[in-house]
Amino acid sequence: MNALKQYIDLYDESRDLIELQAPALLNNLRRVAREHLDNATLPRKGSEDYEATDLEAVFGHDYGVNINRLPFEADPAQTFHCDVPNMSTCLYYSSNDAFHSSAAAERNIGQVVVEPFSMAAVDYPEMMTAYYGQLACMSDPTVALNTLLVQDGLFIYVPDGVVAERPIQLVNIFNAALDMMVQRRLLIVVGKNASIKLLACDHTQSPDFRYLNNQVIEIVAMQGSTIDFYDMEESTPLTRRVSSIYVDQHEGSNVLIDGITLTNGYTRNNYHIEVNGEHAETHLLGMTIASGEQHVDSHTFISHNAPRCNSNEMFKYVLNEKAVGAFSGKILVKPNCPRVEAYQGNRNLCGAPTAKMYTKPQLEIYTDDVMCSHGSAVGQLDEDALFYMRTRGIGIDEARRLLMQAFVADVIDGVRLDALKDRLHYLVEKRFAGTLSNCAGCMATCKKS
Amino acid sequence: MKETEKPEKGNQIIEEAAQAEYKYGFVTDIETEVIPKGLDEDVVRRISALKGEPEWLLEFRLKAYRHWLTLKAPQWGHVHVPEIDFQDISYYAAPRQKKPGEGPKEIDPELKKTFDKLGIPLEEQMRLSGMAVDAVMDSVSVKTTYRERLAELGVIFCSISEAVKDYPDLVRKYLGKVVPYTDNFYAALNSAVFSDGSFVYIPKGVRCPMELSTYFRINAAQTGQFERTLIVADDDAYVSYLEGCTAPMRDENQLHAAIVEIIVEDRAEVKYSTVQNWYPGDKDGKGGIYNLVTKRGLCRGDHSKLSWTQVETGSAITWKYPSCVLKGDHSVGEFYSVALTNNWQEADTGTKMIHLGKHSTSTIVSKGISAGHSQNSYRGMVKIAPKATGCRNFTQCDSLLLSDTSGAHTFPVIEVGNDTSVVEHEATTSKINEDQIFYCNQRGISTEDAVGLIVNGYAKEVMAKLPMEFAVEAQKLLSVSLEGAVG
Repeated sequence: MNALKQYIDLYDESRDLIELQAPALLNNLRRVAREHLDNATLPRKGSEDYEATDLEAVFGHDYGVNINRLPFEADPAQTFHCDVPNMSTCLYYSSNDAFHSSAAAERNIGQVVVEPFSMAAVDYPEMMTAYYGQLACMSDPTVALNTLLVQDGLFIYVPDGVVAERPIQLVNIFNAALDMMVQRRLLIVVGKNASIKLLACDHTQSPDFRYLNNQVIEIVAMQGSTIDFYDMEESTPLTRRVSSIYVDQHEGSNVLIDGITLTNGYTRNNYHIEVNGEHAETHLLGMTIASGEQHVDSHTFISHNAPRCNSNEMFKYVLNEKAVGAFSGKILVKPNCPRVEAYQGNRNLCGAPTAKMYTKPQLEIYTDDVMCSHGSAVGQLDEDALFYMRTRGIGIDEARRLLMQAFVADVIDGVRLDALKDRLHYLVEKRFAGTLSNCAGCMATCKKS
Repeated sequence: MKETEKPEKGNQIIEEAAQAEYKYGFVTDIETEVIPKGLDEDVVRRISALKGEPEWLLEFRLKAYRHWLTLKAPQWGHVHVPEIDFQDISYYAAPRQKKPGEGPKEIDPELKKTFDKLGIPLEEQMRLSGMAVDAVMDSVSVKTTYRERLAELGVIFCSISEAVKDYPDLVRKYLGKVVPYTDNFYAALNSAVFSDGSFVYIPKGVRCPMELSTYFRINAAQTGQFERTLIVADDDAYVSYLEGCTAPMRDENQLHAAIVEIIVEDRAEVKYSTVQNWYPGDKDGKGGIYNLVTKRGLCRGDHSKLSWTQVETGSAITWKYPSCVLKGDHSVGEFYSVALTNNWQEADTGTKMIHLGKHSTSTIVSKGISAGHSQNSYRGMVKIAPKATGCRNFTQCDSLLLSDTSGAHTFPVIEVGNDTSVVEHEATTSKINEDQIFYCNQRGISTEDAVGLIVNGYAKEVMAKLPMEFAVEAQKLLSVSLEGAVG
């Protein structure tokens, strides 16, 4: 049974209804997506770059899709008061895949535009037409499916030369009383010499239901721009997430993407970065702490299409109990791109006999004057270090925790926001101690009212 | 001005090296008995009949052939294997003695000349160099030396067709046990039509006193060779086996789909070294051999050890992954490789280390050198089964790029199924450091010599693993392929 078929059938049956609730711009691309899905099949375990992950099984469940755009009553802003201590952010909420109306009130802070697609299609039609769906690769069936069914999304635009003063925080919440699939979509355009810091976190409020978040994020970094994107997942064992981030980097741009998974169910994160300008800099960081039956799979692809740019990639996994981790990454240097420096690292701790790690770091180099390397290691905590700590009166569990924290520390240290860095250290500490509460995850102290 | 000239000179040297012609391109003019082109069950039966094989082997071939019909050629490699018309290949060629009356003891003088050109010391020279050569010309073993000396120790070293006749039980026990005919497309093809190859059996507790060596050589035009090698080292045995290849110049692409199977029992050790120098095609990428090989060893016994060392300089297309299945506890697998590609060559090579036994360890060192328009890939897998606790793997694969049109790629896969094993992988890709060349220049070493030195030093880690006799030839081959004009 082809899991995609149920969604294609849904689209064919309810096409008018879906299109009615969405801007015309989104509808135009649906036809292209539909064509791509005609002969597509979802990757199964063992397919190329899917050594451990079975998307057919992920999508195979019968999820509800809210094509009528029925509003969910709860106002996340009322139930979630989140902030990161010592940092003031502009807060936005999305409940399932709807950008929340009360949050939208605070849009257009300074000169930065944060709008749902429905508004952006009216306010910035040229921008939307020029960039929506241009980066995301429809040959990936999950991206095509998102494009086929998406009805709204969030558009963030930083005009040329504007430096966003406060970081933007986007809290995505799953809250529905039924099994549900949502298509989240983000389009971020950062103009020349502009700068923005963005925090996104995923939460699930009702742990008894199955959710599937099939999200696509497109990021355009113009000449000389700086983008920090922190993407954190803190959900439940029944939550499934397939996320694809596409980045287009122009000359001299500096992009940092940090993907953090603290608790989750079954996650696949794709990072696809095209470095198209000279002197562009890319930092791709990932950290996963998984236990129970958590499954986290990251796939990265950095294509260096221009000379003299550099990229730095580091993914760290800590796996306990029956957790499964997977990493596959590729660095491509195209012909005639000299002086590219690229590093790709993947370090993993297997803390239990039943934990599994799959890793596939790859290099594909077509230019000779480059410095590219990758390193990958799977191992355990250093026995000597543990022994040393125990001789100094630190219990074995505490010693393990300290060492595991130290292990992931350098990924956190890559964060370019001090307040967030402190917060992450604190969250990771709690995560290892097993005391991370369900709503503590949004990089925030939760003041549930 | 001078500074800008230096890199240009370096490039020029590399270009000159790229133009070095293939030294071993010549054709021996001897009559061969060839089965007409094409492949069907009758051809399989005829090969079997010509070789006078027993019924079970014919059955094995037929099963493999029927399975092969259900398969498609693999496309996943980073190489461009053109569509091969398997009906346009002759599957059997036996060199015919010009004077059959004189018996098989005497070697055809034409054949002998070929071997002399290749530098294989057959008779007296053999004794001096202390090696035994089972020289394979096309498909039938011509002469085996030192058989008697080896026989004293109980070592069996003969062609596989002889082994089928003389030691059918042994062959039947081990043939197809490591590489089953269902393994892959080319393995199935080989199992159906394999012509000849070597069989080595080292009995319990015997340390083979000399390096065993086989020269494979494609000679008759358009005759694909389907060698099959089977090496069995019984408990506490040791053997070092050498395989070397040179092939004459041909315009038509030739297919080489061999299988090597190795079984290593308790505390035994097998060292398998290859110098591969098939004809790589000319500088426009015309012609050349397709080398599509399945090599695998099974470390069945505890504390067993298998070591693969290869120096790959030839073939238009190389597709081979000498692998180790580490089934015994404390077994050891090693893979050392230098792959040099030039002009339009494509190499996709690497290894698989499958850890099934507890505390098994493996080491992988792969050095790729790409020049001209060539593509050089390392593809490897390290898999640690959940029950294989305490395993250790270290992998290092470095690539050196000598031209801006060549490519170097690494595709490693690592799967770790438990928490007591440690796996490390490192890879780097870069070109020769200009600072290093400058440093050498400063000290009066010409750019030519400097490039030679650096490439030599780069490959040294692997070359040091080759047996003495082979290391000399391997260095010669490297220089023919690249350094000829450099060093």
